[in-house]
Order: sequence, then structure tokens, then C-alpha cells
Amino acid sequence: METFRTLMGAAGLAVALAAAGPAVAEYPEKPVTYIIPFGPGGESDITARMQQEFWPKHANDEEVVIQYKPGGGGSQAWSQLNSMASDGYTIMGANVPHTILQPMIADSGYQTDDVNVVHYFHYTPDAVVVPKDSEFQTLQDLIDHAKENPGAVTFAGSGSNSANHLMQQQLDKLAGITTTYVPFKGTGAAVQAIMGNQTTAGATYSTVGVNYPETRVLAVAAEERLPSLPDVPTFQELGLDWVGGAYRGVAVPAGVSEDIKQQVSDIVSDINADPAFRQKMEDGGFVLTAIDLEKMPAFLEEQKAKYRGIAEEMGLVEPQTAGSE
Amino acid sequence: MDRLQYLFDALTPLNIALAWAGVIAGTVIGALPGLSATMAVAVLVPITFSMDPASGLIMLGAIYTGAIYGGAFAAILVNTPGTPSAIATTFDGFPMAKRGDGDLAVTLAAIASVCGGLVGALALLLLAPPLARVALAFGPVEYFWLAMLGLTLIAALSEGDLLKGLMGACFGLLLSMIGVAVVGGDVRFTLGMPQLLGGVEIVSALIGLYCIPVLIDMVSTPKAHLKVSTTPRGFRLGEALGLAWRHKVNLGRSSVIGTLVGILPGAGGSIAGLVAYSESRRTSKRSRHFGTGEPEGIMATESANNATVGGGFIPTLVLGIPGTPPDAVILGALLVQGIRTGPSLFTDQASISFTFIYGLLIATVLMLPTGLLIGRYAYKSIISLPKAVLVPTIAFMTVIGSYAIQNSAVDTVIMFTLGVVGWVLARFGFKPSPIVLGLVLGQIAEQGFVQGWLIGSATNDLVGMYFGRPLSIGIIAFIVLSLFYPLIAPRLKPRRPAPNAPETSSRKGAANAD
Repeated sequence: METFRTLMGAAGLAVALAAAGPAVAEYPEKPVTYIIPFGPGGESDITARMQQEFWPKHANDEEVVIQYKPGGGGSQAWSQLNSMASDGYTIMGANVPHTILQPMIADSGYQTDDVNVVHYFHYTPDAVVVPKDSEFQTLQDLIDHAKENPGAVTFAGSGSNSANHLMQQQLDKLAGITTTYVPFKGTGAAVQAIMGNQTTAGATYSTVGVNYPETRVLAVAAEERLPSLPDVPTFQELGLDWVGGAYRGVAVPAGVSEDIKQQVSDIVSDINADPAFRQKMEDGGFVLTAIDLEKMPAFLEEQKAKYRGIAEEMGLVEPQTAGSE
Repeated sequence: MDRLQYLFDALTPLNIALAWAGVIAGTVIGALPGLSATMAVAVLVPITFSMDPASGLIMLGAIYTGAIYGGAFAAILVNTPGTPSAIATTFDGFPMAKRGDGDLAVTLAAIASVCGGLVGALALLLLAPPLARVALAFGPVEYFWLAMLGLTLIAALSEGDLLKGLMGACFGLLLSMIGVAVVGGDVRFTLGMPQLLGGVEIVSALIGLYCIPVLIDMVSTPKAHLKVSTTPRGFRLGEALGLAWRHKVNLGRSSVIGTLVGILPGAGGSIAGLVAYSESRRTSKRSRHFGTGEPEGIMATESANNATVGGGFIPTLVLGIPGTPPDAVILGALLVQGIRTGPSLFTDQASISFTFIYGLLIATVLMLPTGLLIGRYAYKSIISLPKAVLVPTIAFMTVIGSYAIQNSAVDTVIMFTLGVVGWVLARFGFKPSPIVLGLVLGQIAEQGFVQGWLIGSATNDLVGMYFGRPLSIGIIAFIVLSLFYPLIAPRLKPRRPAPNAPETSSRKGAANAD
């Protein structure tokens, strides 16, 4: 009897495993909708399009379909994320520092922790960029000029209270200078102003330097030099302790099973490991990162603390008192 | 001579088929209110991954140019600009359709669009690298003055009641401020609703302000939507060609304006159409008839907005800065294909860029037969369908269209709200155009002004910033001309009503057009 029961138990377990096993292994079994919280043509779109090409190879031969839900710098989409279907067939792009700063500064309709990110697959380091014919050859030249003429150096960047704006503020603080930040609507408009000599320089991303031959990058805020810009020093090499940029990742709606979360994270990791994908991304000036589901909590805590501090310095938020938030 | 080789590369049967398919798809999409060129191009990007880069680009370019043209149908036949580019097409297109000349208007739009598209594409082919410099010379202050020039049109558009026009424009300016400000990041006029953080989406506002009042009026009056002519008149191609030939200067000037404005990223087809319209009106002998169904008005806007297609590709391909939202999508597709834009695209990768440009020229020419056939079909359906079918169909399209722009139900609610507001305001004599102008130009003007102020303050030269730059002075001169010309003109040449006016057979039809 005892044996029979054990046997039945084992059989039951086997049946359960057989039922669960393939279901797990077969995700995805239909096309996945990938919502980009911005309009088409931006860096979130371009990198998602690069993933799109490699997605079937690493995801059961199923396609990913890209849709756009722009508005409010992404907040429109992120505030709706958790009311979307939680079957794992809807995923959404997610960006740091956007999802950290937006809820901190205003009521954006969502909280940072509402966005369940399963993988941040790359980042674009901050960069100081000048027009190709600029008189400034090094970042030190620009800093010296700013010291002699407080406020006169202008930086074009994308949007207010954005990653670009934060970098300009950090540069001011770390180098002990005063410069003027001029926000534009999107990176494209900022690049137009930089190349047209409308501003002294640009507070933007490394990708600008790689993709626009009419510009020159003075420094990047990465931990090490970029393969696509081997001659450009990092901020740290120049004695400025700043590593930052925009991270882009993939989030899922609340209620998606842990199992599927892990699978989405794994698919993104697998695409990141694909040499052809790596090549395309690095050629474009993007830096691949491997912040998967496991590393996510630590990464987000670190980023939240970092941006909280900067936002307080900029006077965007009240200094945090114990127990609030 | 090398370049001619690329013409033959572009002329493969596959490329021609792709260009034609693109033009047809684009024209249909553009004709449906709310379905935009950006969306059409974005949906088809994955298909091009598996294609040869040049063929993929040709198809994307063809869809884009077709969609800009298709916008004219909705503007002429339903008084709803399918895209912001077609705003000024409604001014004369709808009055023409209203009095039974819709077929002529659609054919004229096709001829003008082909003409403008060719000028823009030829500029891209022959003059792209030098013209791209124009985009770089344009700074924030120039954008501010350009938007001001656009706003001076309110005076022209609100004939009879300037005060109401100005009030409408102010309402539009206020609408443009809703949401998170690009410059400064302030949250304005959201009434505490996170849904409004993204602001008022321009195309959904267009659909609401123009289309909903038309629908309500269609339901509330027993008259036919458009006057039906008793005799079938075909395409009226000969008549349209005759008109186009008579106004070739207008066509040429408007095409050049469209190309130049198209080169400026962010300015777009709406400004191009409006500037061309006002220039055409200012110089025309028949300027009194503008706004009441004047063929010259349609020719000006339609040639200008299609010229922005070629113009917009100039900064996109030479500088990597997208001239318009559809250009941004195409630029993204290029990067995914591993193609780097920049001056080298015209040398190292000349086979791709020139094949594409020739493809665009071919697509533009194909627009004529395609547009005539689709236009005729659209006109016939609009005049023959009973209102009981027409109204629900258009209403359904407005809902789908306003949702589809950003996949957002918020936009549909905004569309409907503005539609009702627009209808109520129309009862009191306010027209939708000044409101839309305020909305479209408000953002450009505000950003340009504040950016100019920041840069001017940093360099301690505010006056020089706004009034000292050569391009700015040029635009300011145009503003002054446009504002004061109506006052000076009567003294220069005393006006008489045009002696014979076959082109404007009835002013009565136009009086209740808006």
C-alpha cells in the first residue's frame, strides 16, 4: 500500500512535470507585443528594433511586434503598464533615470516600483559633445573657458530634468563651474543645435558622437573607454567622478508569473549574448549591460539612491525625511 | 554619369512594384483621418529588414509621400485634414467640394502634389549637401520667428472678425501648453490628471476640431453633404491641367517654399502649407476669393506639403537629423540596417542613397494615376453614400484614428471633447483654424523663444540674439510684410472684383461651409 501510494505520488508528479515542463519551455508560443513608451525613431525604438531582428532566433521562432505609446516622456505608457494583460505576451520598454525621476518630481500616474523591469540590456553613457570645428579640443579646455566666463558656456540637451540635464548639473558641481543648460525637444533637435553652433557644446549621449561625424566627443561618463570611441577619455580619467547615462530595459505588467519573468529576462540575455547583435549595438555606440532579473533589486536600489541625491541637490525634491516616501 | 546608373538600378520591376504598392497603401492610409504616414511607415519597417536596403527604403519613401498626398482627400471631401500638412487644404478644398467641384479639387491636388513632390525630390537629388547647411543655420530664434510668421496668418484666416480669430488663437496657444513643458519641465494645466501630462496630441485635436462639427452639422441638417453635379465629368483632368498651367508660378513658388521649410527639422508640412498659402494669397489677383473655394489655394498647399517630403530627407540623409516624424522612423530603419547617415552616405554608400532618391521620384510620378483613381473613387463614395451610412463611418474612423496615433484612449477623449467645444464655438462664429494654428505653432514658438532667451542671456546679448541674426531679420521682414500688406496693398493697386469668375461660381455655398 505504502509502495502504491509512493508510486502514485511519483506518477502524479511526473504528470504534473510533464504538463508544466513543455508549457514552460514553450514560452513564447505566439508573437509578443513590445510596447515602446516613446515615438518611433528614438534610441528606445532603434535598440528595440535591433532586438526585434534577433528575437525569433532566441524565442522559439516567435516574432516580437513593436507598438508605440508615446506621451509625457514615457509616463503615459508606464502608468498603464500594470493594467495590461499579464499573460506574458505584452512587454514594455523601461528607462532609467526616467522611471526614477518622473514619479519623484511630479505625480506621473505611477511609482518607480510599479514598473517591473526584468532586464536592463544596455545603456548609453552621458557624453560632452562639441561641433567638429569647435575651438575646444579637450574637456579641460571647455572647463577653463567656463571658469573664465561663468554662465557663458551653453549646453544643448534633450528635455528638462532629464539624464542630459543631470549630467550638466554634475559637471558643474564636480568641475566647480557654472554653465547654462538649454533644453530641446528630443536628442535630434539638440544635435541640430550642437552641429549648427547654436550652443557651445552638447550634454548628450555617446551615441551622438558615434553616429554624427560632424561632432567630436570630449568625454564619456562610462566606466571604461568605449570600443566605438577608443580615443575619448572617460570622466573618471579626467578626475571627475561621474558614471551615468540612460539605461534601457524590458518590463512586464504586474501579475506576470515569476516563471515567465525569468524567461523574458533569459531571452533578452540570450539576444545580448548573440555576437551579431553585440556587433550592431557596439557599432552604434550602445554599451551592453547584463542587469538581469537576479541583479535587478540591487541595481535599482543603487540608482534610486543616486538620483534621489542628485534631485535633492538640484532642488527638484524636498530632502527626504526619515520614514517618508 | 554615374548617377544615371543608379536610375536604372531603381527602375527594376521589383522596385517599381514596391513603389507603386507603397503609393497606393500610403494614399489610402493618408486619406483616412488619423491614420498617419508615421504609423504606416513604422508598421512596415520590419518587412524591410529582409529586403535589400534600397528597395526597403523606396517602399517606405513611397508610403510616406503617398500618405501626405492622401491627406488632401479628407481635407477636401470631409473638411478634416488627415494630417497637419493638409490644414490649409481645407480652406478652399471643402468650399469647392461643397459647391460640386470636389472632383476638380481632388484632381488639382494630385497635380499639385506631384509637382511639389518632384521639386522636393530633385532638390534632394541635386542639392542635398549644401541645402543641409540651411538646417544648421536655423537656430532657436529663427524657429521662434518662423512660428510668429505662421501666427500672422490668423489675420488672414479670420476675415471679417479679427478679434474672434485672435481669441481662437489664444485658446490654441493655451492648449499647446498643457502637459510637461519641454523647456523647464513644469507641469501646466493638467488639472491634476496624469493623463494630461503628455499634452494635447495635435492630430487628435485636428480630427476633433474639424471633423466632429462637420458630423454634427451633417446630422442636424437635411441637406446633402456635398452638392452633386448632374452630369458625369470624369476626372476633369484637362480643366485641372489648364488651371495648373495658368498658375505655374504659384506652383513653382509653393514647391520651393515647401522644400525649404521641409529642410527645417520640426517645422514640417503644416507650416510649409500655410506659408505657401499666404504667399499665394498675397500675390494672387484673386486673393479676395481665397477661402471660398479658390483653386489656387489648393495648389499652393498641396504642392508645398509634398515638397516637404524630399526637403525633409535632406537633413535626414545628410546630417542624420530627421526632418519630420516619418523621417525619424526611416532613419531608425537605416540604423538597424547598419547604414550610417552623413555626408558619406552620398559618396561611400551612393548606390543606396541615389537608388532611393530615384525611387522616390518614381513613386512621386506614380502618384498621379494612383491618386486620380483613388480620388475619383473616394469622391464618388462620399457623394453617393447616404448620410445614414456616411456619418457613422466617419465617426468610427475618428475614434479609431485618434486612438491609433499613440495607442491611447486619452487622445480619443481629448478629440471628442475638443470636437464638442469646436462645434459650440462655431455657433458663436469662431473657426477651427486659428485654434489649430495656435496649438501647432505655440510649442515651436515657446521653445524657440525660451531657448533663444537662455542662449542670449548666457552670451549677454539678448537684443542681438532676437534681432541681430541675418536669417531672423529676413523672417521679421516677411512678418512685417504679411501683417501690413493688407493695409498698403489698396494704395498700390486699386482692386476691382475679378470680371469673370468661372472658378468661384458661388460664394453662397462657401458662406455656410465652415
